Amino acid sequence: MKSNTQLLAQVIEFIGYEADLLDHKGYQEWLSLWTESGLYIVPADLNEMDYLNTLNLAMDDADMRRMRVARLENGESVSAISVGDTVRMMSRVRVLEAGDDLVIARCAMTLNELRHGKLVTYPANVEYSLKPSADGFKLEQKVVKLLHADGFLRTVSFIF
Amino acid sequence: MSELIDMQNISLKAAEMVEEGRVHKDLYSDPAIFEEELDKVFNNTWVFVGHASEVPEAGSFKTAYIGRQPVILSRDRKMNLHVLQNRCRHRGATVCEARKGKTKAFTCPYHGWGYGLDGSLRALPKPEEYDGVFDKSELPLESLRVETYQGMVFATFRDDIEPLEDFLGGAKKWIDLFMKQGGGYPVKVLGEHRFNFPGNWKIQLENTTDAYHFPIVHKSFVTSLDDATADIFDFLDGEGFVEDLGNGHSVMVMIPQLVDLEEDLDQPIPARFEKLAQELRNEGKTEDEVKKLVRAAHGTGFNLNLFPNVSCSMAFFRVLRPVSVGETEIQHVALGGEGAPAPFNRKRMRLHEHFQGPMGFGTPDDGEAWERVQKGSMAGNDGWILVNRGMNNLHQSKDGNVAGSVCSETGMRGAYRQYKKMMAAGEEK
Ligand code: FES
Ligand SMILES: [Fe+2]
Repeated sequence: MKSNTQLLAQVIEFIGYEADLLDHKGYQEWLSLWTESGLYIVPADLNEMDYLNTLNLAMDDADMRRMRVARLENGESVSAISVGDTVRMMSRVRVLEAGDDLVIARCAMTLNELRHGKLVTYPANVEYSLKPSADGFKLEQKVVKLLHADGFLRTVSFIF
Repeated sequence: MSELIDMQNISLKAAEMVEEGRVHKDLYSDPAIFEEELDKVFNNTWVFVGHASEVPEAGSFKTAYIGRQPVILSRDRKMNLHVLQNRCRHRGATVCEARKGKTKAFTCPYHGWGYGLDGSLRALPKPEEYDGVFDKSELPLESLRVETYQGMVFATFRDDIEPLEDFLGGAKKWIDLFMKQGGGYPVKVLGEHRFNFPGNWKIQLENTTDAYHFPIVHKSFVTSLDDATADIFDFLDGEGFVEDLGNGHSVMVMIPQLVDLEEDLDQPIPARFEKLAQELRNEGKTEDEVKKLVRAAHGTGFNLNLFPNVSCSMAFFRVLRPVSVGETEIQHVALGGEGAPAPFNRKRMRLHEHFQGPMGFGTPDDGEAWERVQKGSMAGNDGWILVNRGMNNLHQSKDGNVAGSVCSETGMRGAYRQYKKMMAAGEEK
């Protein structure tokens, strides 16, 4: 087991890398960051932890992630075509659990989207379950807890 | 005096902006018309506020809106439903801001007046100064008239309009069919998605029975389906239809073979539901139950639009709330079965997530189209929106209603006819 600073640095690097891929629409590379059993979750109800038995905004297994990426890339979705760029700030990274098989970390995110000339901002807490592997981490679970999941969101044609 | 005359001109304008087959684009963008709609439409008819399963127990409540007015749907100790104006009778603060929950009383946060689940004023701090001023029984939270149909709760400010069932009229048959998707269990709300779009509420109202847009706007959704399911969603050349049910309500049948979910139970299980079927078998369900639940899991093959603010749309309720002339809030309410096997309800939620809500594969593309309608309606000083598709190709339905092909604009014309009637009310002096 590594020292905490070393681990934290690796986690921060991974989170930054993933964010960079998503902001620059490197979706195929993003897909390869996942374990086959991994789940990408955006809860609709922040008080619920039983994601499988709860309605979420997104609850993607491997198939749904591939389909979601295909939708964003294949040019058939009018909202995906007209989505502008996103810029996300990842900060306040903290390692919550540092097991040998699973590292759990949490950070703050502010995602900014320019949409039809207007700036839309999405603050969120993001929770990562990371599987250490020979070449870094794989995503086992990512939960994006949007600050205004409880309110009325704009529609989303990108990946948080 | 001149103000009064202006108001009347606007009123006449809104009703005159609706013709059979076209509506004027200013109906989407004139703030004065919007204000008038809240008064003449939303404050004057039955408005959907929730489903009974959202307030299951004594003390359960949820908050909602009727047009611009905040209300609370509550269930009292005797299990009666109430819709209360969310306005303290002292100085007017809202007495409840939670989306939903359970409580014994609604206590105003300002000076502490406490109200019962039926709205009655129960207690207030230091009451002496009110001695001889008023009696508590005079100041309950104001109640609206409430009626339900198949668990759908509607309220109205009007004591003199027709009973809910008369208002729903021809739509009742379709609500009955819609509720069969519980698969033998009572239909229950499983959760909801909430989003808004920068556009007028009537753009959403039109959309529920607009099949014409489906293959265009939802191409990326259809691509994400297996071939058999994609075929089901290729319904424009099929036997579907749109029927005007009166009072602004309409039904669009896209997939006729899924109108009655209790028929054709011997159909083979589609690939999309094979995993669900296996999970149900693992739970010890008989093959008959499995088939019934799998068929119900699809949702119905039709969209039912109930004027003015709710639709029963395949597998969910779509509830709209007009916020301002150019902003609308929408709830996509996911439905399952009360007491139904967990794999069934899970599958229903995954299907909902796939298409609906702000991150679904369908809704963001609808939202983009609606936003474009709002923006485009600003072009030019004068202009009309067409709702005349299929106007000369109508027939009489089995129930004796006017009907057109599945991608006709028959439903929209029905909704606008009701709108026009309500907006013109009080003008014939
Ligand atoms: S405003 Fe409610 S107690 Fe005063
Ligand atoms: Fe649509």
